[in-house]
Amino acid sequence: MFSPSSQSRKRDPPTPASEDPLSPPSQRSRAHDTSTELQPMPTSPAMDTAAQDVSLFSSPMAPRSVLQSEVDASSPLMYGTPSSRVEGTPRSGIRGTPARQRADLGSVRKAPQVDMHSEPSFDFCEQGAGQRLVIWGTDVNVGTCKEKFQRFLQQFTAPNSREEENAGLDLNEPLYMQKLDEISVVGEPVLNVNCSHIQTFDADLYRQLICYPQEVIPTFDMAVNELFFDRLPDSVLEHQIQVRPYSALKTRNMRALNPEDIDQLITISGMVIRTSQLIPEMQEAFFRCQVCVFNTRVEVDRGRIAEPAVCRNCNTTHSMALVHNRSAFSDKQMIKLQESPEDMPAGQTPHTTVVYAHNDLVDKVQPGDRINITGIYRAAPMRLNPRQSQVKSVYKTHIDVIHFRKTDEKRLHGLDEDGEQKLFTKERVAMLKELAAKPDVYERLSSALAPSIYEHEDIKKGILLQLFGGTRKDFTQTGRGNFRAEINILLCGDPGTSKSQLLQYVYNLVPRGQYTSGKGSSAVGLTAYVMKDPETRQLVLQTGALVLSDNGICCIDEFDKMSDNTRSVLHEVMEQQTLSIAKAGIICQLNARTSVLAAANPVESQWNPKKTTIENIQLPHTLLSRFDLIFLMLDPQDEAYDRRLAHHLVALYYQSEEQIEEEHLDMAVLKDYIAFARTSVHPRLSEEASQALIEAYVDMRKIGSGRGMVSAYPRQLESLIRLAEAHAKVRFSSKVESIDVEEAKRLHREALKQSATDPRTGFVDISILTTGMSATARKRKEEVAQALKKLIQSKGKTPAMKYQQLFDDLRGQSEAAITKDMFDEALRALADEDYLTVTGKTVRLL
Amino acid sequence: MPTVHDWINNPLAVVDGLFAQSNSSPDWEKKVVEYFKEKLKLNDAHTWVPSLNDVPLYYLKPNSLVKFRCMVQDMFDPEFFMGVYETNDLTSNSKVKCGKYKDITVGGQVDFNSRNTVTSERQTFYCVPIPGESQWAKEISFICQARVVPSTSYVPNRHKRSYEEDDEMDTQPQHSAESHGNTEPKRQETEAPSHDSSSAHCTSSLDLNFPLPGEKGPACLVKVYEDWDGFKLNDMLEVFGILSVDPALSVIADEREASSLLDPTEVTETVEEQRVHSPPPSLVPRLHMLYAQPLVHNNPLLPSSAPENNVHESSLATYTDVLGELASVRAELHTYLTHVLMGDSLAAEYLILHLISNVYSRRDVLPLGKFTLNLSGCPHSSPYTEHLYKVIQQLVPSSYRLCMSLHNMNNQRMVPRKDYTANRLVSGTLQLANNTSLFLDETQLEQGQLDATGVRNITALGNLISWQKVDYDFNYHQMEFPCNINVLITSEGRSLLPSDSQVNLRPTLNPPNLEEYLSAVQVAQVPSQFNKYRIYLSGARALNYTISDEITKAVEEDFVEMRKDDPQSMSAEDLHRLLVVARLLSLSHGQNTLSRDGWMKAKQLEALRISRTQQQKSLSGNEP
Repeated sequence: MFSPSSQSRKRDPPTPASEDPLSPPSQRSRAHDTSTELQPMPTSPAMDTAAQDVSLFSSPMAPRSVLQSEVDASSPLMYGTPSSRVEGTPRSGIRGTPARQRADLGSVRKAPQVDMHSEPSFDFCEQGAGQRLVIWGTDVNVGTCKEKFQRFLQQFTAPNSREEENAGLDLNEPLYMQKLDEISVVGEPVLNVNCSHIQTFDADLYRQLICYPQEVIPTFDMAVNELFFDRLPDSVLEHQIQVRPYSALKTRNMRALNPEDIDQLITISGMVIRTSQLIPEMQEAFFRCQVCVFNTRVEVDRGRIAEPAVCRNCNTTHSMALVHNRSAFSDKQMIKLQESPEDMPAGQTPHTTVVYAHNDLVDKVQPGDRINITGIYRAAPMRLNPRQSQVKSVYKTHIDVIHFRKTDEKRLHGLDEDGEQKLFTKERVAMLKELAAKPDVYERLSSALAPSIYEHEDIKKGILLQLFGGTRKDFTQTGRGNFRAEINILLCGDPGTSKSQLLQYVYNLVPRGQYTSGKGSSAVGLTAYVMKDPETRQLVLQTGALVLSDNGICCIDEFDKMSDNTRSVLHEVMEQQTLSIAKAGIICQLNARTSVLAAANPVESQWNPKKTTIENIQLPHTLLSRFDLIFLMLDPQDEAYDRRLAHHLVALYYQSEEQIEEEHLDMAVLKDYIAFARTSVHPRLSEEASQALIEAYVDMRKIGSGRGMVSAYPRQLESLIRLAEAHAKVRFSSKVESIDVEEAKRLHREALKQSATDPRTGFVDISILTTGMSATARKRKEEVAQALKKLIQSKGKTPAMKYQQLFDDLRGQSEAAITKDMFDEALRALADEDYLTVTGKTVRLL
Repeated sequence: MPTVHDWINNPLAVVDGLFAQSNSSPDWEKKVVEYFKEKLKLNDAHTWVPSLNDVPLYYLKPNSLVKFRCMVQDMFDPEFFMGVYETNDLTSNSKVKCGKYKDITVGGQVDFNSRNTVTSERQTFYCVPIPGESQWAKEISFICQARVVPSTSYVPNRHKRSYEEDDEMDTQPQHSAESHGNTEPKRQETEAPSHDSSSAHCTSSLDLNFPLPGEKGPACLVKVYEDWDGFKLNDMLEVFGILSVDPALSVIADEREASSLLDPTEVTETVEEQRVHSPPPSLVPRLHMLYAQPLVHNNPLLPSSAPENNVHESSLATYTDVLGELASVRAELHTYLTHVLMGDSLAAEYLILHLISNVYSRRDVLPLGKFTLNLSGCPHSSPYTEHLYKVIQQLVPSSYRLCMSLHNMNNQRMVPRKDYTANRLVSGTLQLANNTSLFLDETQLEQGQLDATGVRNITALGNLISWQKVDYDFNYHQMEFPCNINVLITSEGRSLLPSDSQVNLRPTLNPPNLEEYLSAVQVAQVPSQFNKYRIYLSGARALNYTISDEITKAVEEDFVEMRKDDPQSMSAEDLHRLLVVARLLSLSHGQNTLSRDGWMKAKQLEALRISRTQQQKSLSGNEP
């Protein structure tokens, strides 16, 4: 099994992981009896060599244990801290704490490794073989590696770290030492190490970790345990600390995996689509002789057990029987991971990868979870038929997981700027910044938005600001909770004015967009519903469109066709940004920080300019007031417009692709621009901008007060702030300045002009949107009621009168036309005053 | 013959030869591809290559060069294989061999730790014959293969063997032509024609996953060695590759106990997954791609993207002929369709426009050039629509008629769905190749309730028509696949689905016996006439089209003018439609650019159509 060369080298301490000559990439030539490669071992090598080997590799501080022969000596994790299976006694210190097998590193440790073609070149004997010994097949020197890692743990600080995991730690102190302290308190012996930290600290160590994870991670384990028990000798842990590196930069995308990644540490992201049941994997088989009750343990080699044919004690043949209860098993779970939809090129189907989780990582993820995993990429050849020597010339690949990180988990609790941050190359960022520096960036971007839709400049600008969103503010401590940062927009207008197209475009543009149609969606489809999982019979909460578009945009077409019931759920979402659910025993509040982009058609299929917005679309004003901007998309009937429209459309049909691209920014740039601004620009109000906002608000209030109307509410001020912030984001500016406020004011005014103009007076009247009725309408209502009262009074003392007759009388008396509705309203107003009651067709005075 | 066509009968020998010459320099791979490309370029060489589409699998020699015209239905995960490996036999002579274009290693024990091993990556596509391909297209394109079949000699009195018997049968005398020096098992014709009972165990439940129900033909696992990112789902391809049907490839359920002896990692696949990913090669052969040609269309009468390829001279001549006498062909086709549409010349005009429509570009989400036609006024539940479909089938290379009966809408799977248990994309009716004609027969729809599936199907059809995209269902999310499908809806009243243009059928003839009349119309056409129509339709679609600045101005003027008179009559949408009609009308007359005349004609046509629908409205009165 062992080649002579490696055997001899092994005699030099300390090369703990070198027991496994098959694991390193086999670039080195070796004289091997390859015929044994796939067959079971003739005898178990563990029995005789193990004890001897262990003694050779043990680090000085770990004395030999009696039970050493039981230890999985060929595990790369066996680095001289023998596991003692002494149970029950309190233990502390490194020798008392059992090492836990790391199945993630060692499960296929002896499987023939796929040859690596391009391996990082390494100088094998740079400083002479005598001084610098390395693990066979690698350039890893255990001593140096350990030392480097300990130094890293002791010294590394991450003053700018914004990771959630580091919350509560003093960022100016060595980060990982604090984490070690945490381990001793919490008692969970796992140390997660961010690979990028290692990279910034020591690039060479990082390279080694990526290239030889199987050797380097046990070395890290060893280093961290030594350090830990030196510092806190009295700690009691369940097992020795395991190091779990994450965020290796090697590979990001499943599609990019290639043969060069085999046996390297990789990090990929994806979505869990299937998890298997727990597979108990035998690590060590326990045999007992039926004759003399002699016990022996055989480690499992590549999923096979070499059953001892002869009892070593009594030399009886075929007397050994497997005792299941005393064999050692480890947990294992197969997980199927699918590429996330964002990573995929268009027109292709997503790839999947098999992932194995071991021990405590089992059952950490559920199907549907978006996760980042860090693990070792493995490949093993496939056998066609055990009786034939032929092999299918294909390898099976899988990933042994070392670290899981859910990307969507945090969305339940708070913001996840970090996990979602798209990686932009430096050039891309420079390009985006250059674009942002242009004075007309706002115009450019808005014209890049849905270029196929003609004009409607202000609407596009509004949507652009919606895509950027305001800055999130948290007032939880003062009791107000989160302020909404999302901007909601309602488009209403004639059918056929490409509202749907605009919605489709936005839906395609944003990564987390949802598109629903009011007609087809139910309250449940928008929010969440509880269903019984057919397999597990558990109740499962299925989220609907609004929750799914958390941090994105929910496009709702045919908003007016939505049932009242459905619409009512939007109330909470659009202001509080949460969804409360209480059904079937599940009571919870989900985050739904979504912007709503809705489109509604007028009730009479054509917009009636004589009516107010509310009357035209028949939506409750409570809901309307939650929209920051309400735009009318009308078909303007004007010759110049027609001409430009025709030109635009004809151009659409004959311009070649290139011409179009020259004129507009392409969609990818726009996408990146928005993503970058959303994640990295967080503008704050400047002093001058706050003044401007206050003035704007006061002005808005003033307009109305002159005519006894209220023309602005605090909600409008909040809208203004959001719009101003979004505009600052468009400029990549960290400060909201007065130009932002100016644009916000202008846009807000434009939208109001369109939607809140009282058709009777021509004035902008915010109360149309906030109370559903313009002030003039209310005044008129009062007038009618007064006229009616006068009429009744003039009739003298008649306790009851006919409804119809009264209506006719009133109509005859009044100069203005009085509709039945108005009459009814007037009656109701008088009834409210307790002046009369209406019963059927008669009106009684009280 | 065998000497000349060695590269067809035994391409692996060529590959191995080139590999041996290369001295492990990596450029041999390019050389192999170049070699076969060169060979195929030689006059008509590609017609000698037997086609998997029409030659039954059991006539084909294993490891020979074949071609396959197909559509990419699913893409499996990439796999790593031994590009180069070393074997040891009993005499411990090690040999370096090439594993490319093969599924199984040959000879001796494989040395997994050899330094010579090179791991390479390849991608597997699941390919099916082009869905809905018309009979005539198949007949014409495969007619030339007929003479090749004898050369791949089928010896009828050979033993028919099943896989179980195979191990002992290795000593059987083999066909001399194919022995090439190594000990590769030479099994062929293992799965004999379908009456062979031994094949029953694997045919039983294997679903070949064709998009359309009732399709036949071989499905194939195509192994792609380079540039697999260039291929997309639903692409039409002509693949030239090496056929591999080694029976050892199939993983059958009764081998389960054997596999338990193996590495536990091998038990990662579910039974369903194994069945899908390693089906018996007798049913789903493997094809190792040497070279693939993407097909822009599948009309065999037209030269495909690369000229002088895949079309025989005679039809090429007709092609140029047709383009020459385009006007007359168009007139003839128009008369023919007018007859078919029972004397309605306007509908025939629109039908021609519809048949040559094509999504030629997309502006962000908006597909340009689609022209969905709704033929309303078709008689309810009469065989007329069926006959109409047959006529269209005669004209276009691929088509499908979807009866929108309540049962179909509620039960048919239209949108492809990812089956995670079997790890494959379960196909649906709407997974169609580009330029397939989809004939939606709404006259079959009766009153009743649509269930959830029905609603989803209707939504999918609506999306297909409005945006030319299908949202494939990936369970946890949906993925959008753009498509380019010509949708024709026949309905009694206005269709419930959106359409670009609705033409109300107004028959001027009323033949007493519909069927007799229609068959008489068809018989009156000579087959060569049909070929002309086919070439005309595909050819007109492929023409380039531009609008000059001058005409642009004129169109703008016109639009403004029209809006002045009555803004209601002409919306932006109407202009969109008018532009498409004008474009298609020009193309149908073989004009590359819009003329003033063409614009006027388009306007007239539209006016005629609209007046007809408005009349219909006032007549029936049930329109909103």
